[in-house]
Amino acid sequence: MSKHVIVIGGGVAGLEVAGQLSKVGIEVSLIEKESKTGGHLNNWYKLFPDRRNSSEVKEYLNGITANNGINLMTDTTIEKFNRSRSCFSITTNGGKELIADAIVVATGFDLFKSARKEEYGYGIYDNVITSADLEEMFRKGEIVLTDGSVPESIGIIHCVGSRDEKVGNYYCSKLCCVTAVKQAIELREHLPESKVFCYYMDMRMGGAFYEELYREAQEKWGVNFIRGKVSEASETIEKKLMVKVEDTLAGRPLKMNLDMLVLMAGMEMSAGGEKVAGMSGLKTGENRFFAAADNHFGSNKSNIEGIFYAGTCTAPMNITETISHARAAFTEVMEWLRNGKR
Amino acid sequence: MEKFGFTISKGRQIDYESNNRRIAEYIFENEPSFRLCFECGGCSATCTTANFTGFSLRELNILIKRGENDQVRSTLKKCMLCGKCTLVCPRGVNTRNIVVLAKQAFQKSDEYEI
Repeated sequence: MSKHVIVIGGGVAGLEVAGQLSKVGIEVSLIEKESKTGGHLNNWYKLFPDRRNSSEVKEYLNGITANNGINLMTDTTIEKFNRSRSCFSITTNGGKELIADAIVVATGFDLFKSARKEEYGYGIYDNVITSADLEEMFRKGEIVLTDGSVPESIGIIHCVGSRDEKVGNYYCSKLCCVTAVKQAIELREHLPESKVFCYYMDMRMGGAFYEELYREAQEKWGVNFIRGKVSEASETIEKKLMVKVEDTLAGRPLKMNLDMLVLMAGMEMSAGGEKVAGMSGLKTGENRFFAAADNHFGSNKSNIEGIFYAGTCTAPMNITETISHARAAFTEVMEWLRNGKR
Repeated sequence: MEKFGFTISKGRQIDYESNNRRIAEYIFENEPSFRLCFECGGCSATCTTANFTGFSLRELNILIKRGENDQVRSTLKKCMLCGKCTLVCPRGVNTRNIVVLAKQAFQKSDEYEI
């Protein structure tokens, strides 16, 4: 008899795991709260480190999820969750009940709500935008201030909502540094006359080819890096944005007027993930992401047998890692269906 | 003996072994969050005093930890204890208390209490 697996979340992780499962003949229901799949990928312009177009990854994911009879349910959320000894049942917002042999949670992440970091003025001053807003501008091919003019000086603040006890996030989101470098390059590319400044605490360039991109930003694009956490931004009479930071390497406070300020929003456990955690009894960690059964050899396993994790619902990950993690989840699910399930 | 006008200049190196870290230890003991500073400079960026004097709470943090106490001592009185730095600190360091404790520690050290 064919086995049925429910995948919760139709972003990169969910699509990958659904694609892999369907390829080997498992019946898959993919639940997505939005009207289309792709998750955050739909909002990105080009991807680090090689700056390929994000649509290429979407094409790949669409390719592996086509033609294998995945039961795709968009605009769907989970309202009820039950488990019996041998299976799981989920009731959707449409009142439909699904019975499954295993569940893969791939609820992903939400971007940190930058307005919470009030001292940076998002939603208060014009021309303070987030990294996601900037991606949208890139996609439109139009980087302009609210008055329609072109920015000449642009500041990028790292670690907005990451490594910050004041917003309750101890952890490093680890992708904002390289996103900042990528966006700094793209700003210089779109606006060759502009000056771009990155305010960082540490440059965490740990991924493959990240450091090279950082070097390119310095060498080819003349991006300026200032080591210090911006304490606050304010608006001047001329509607410029003034940032205050300590140039910690020079050992002196520094102030600077900018036309535009980009906030590198970190990653947080998604609201959808929190909802699933609340109704299922799945454990979350101190960082509010789902807690894996083991950090080294059980990162796809949860505290409930038969429920697995894929992707950024467990920790910040880049797309490469997300896809690998989703494939690992596929292996765990197969093992469970073959041997583990009662 | 004839003086030739030469002086022996003190090396610039931080002499870690010889330096006295009693001040740091006193603060660690009474305000454990002192260990959490990662030198982002948020405190100094927002500091009113730092804009006009050489006072830098971030620098003070690291100098005390290295036992470079002499450099710190003279700058401590510049802090107005307004506590703005505490509002900024992403590591939740009780920065204001560190200044208070540093002052206490210097006093105690003068009185041979620590």
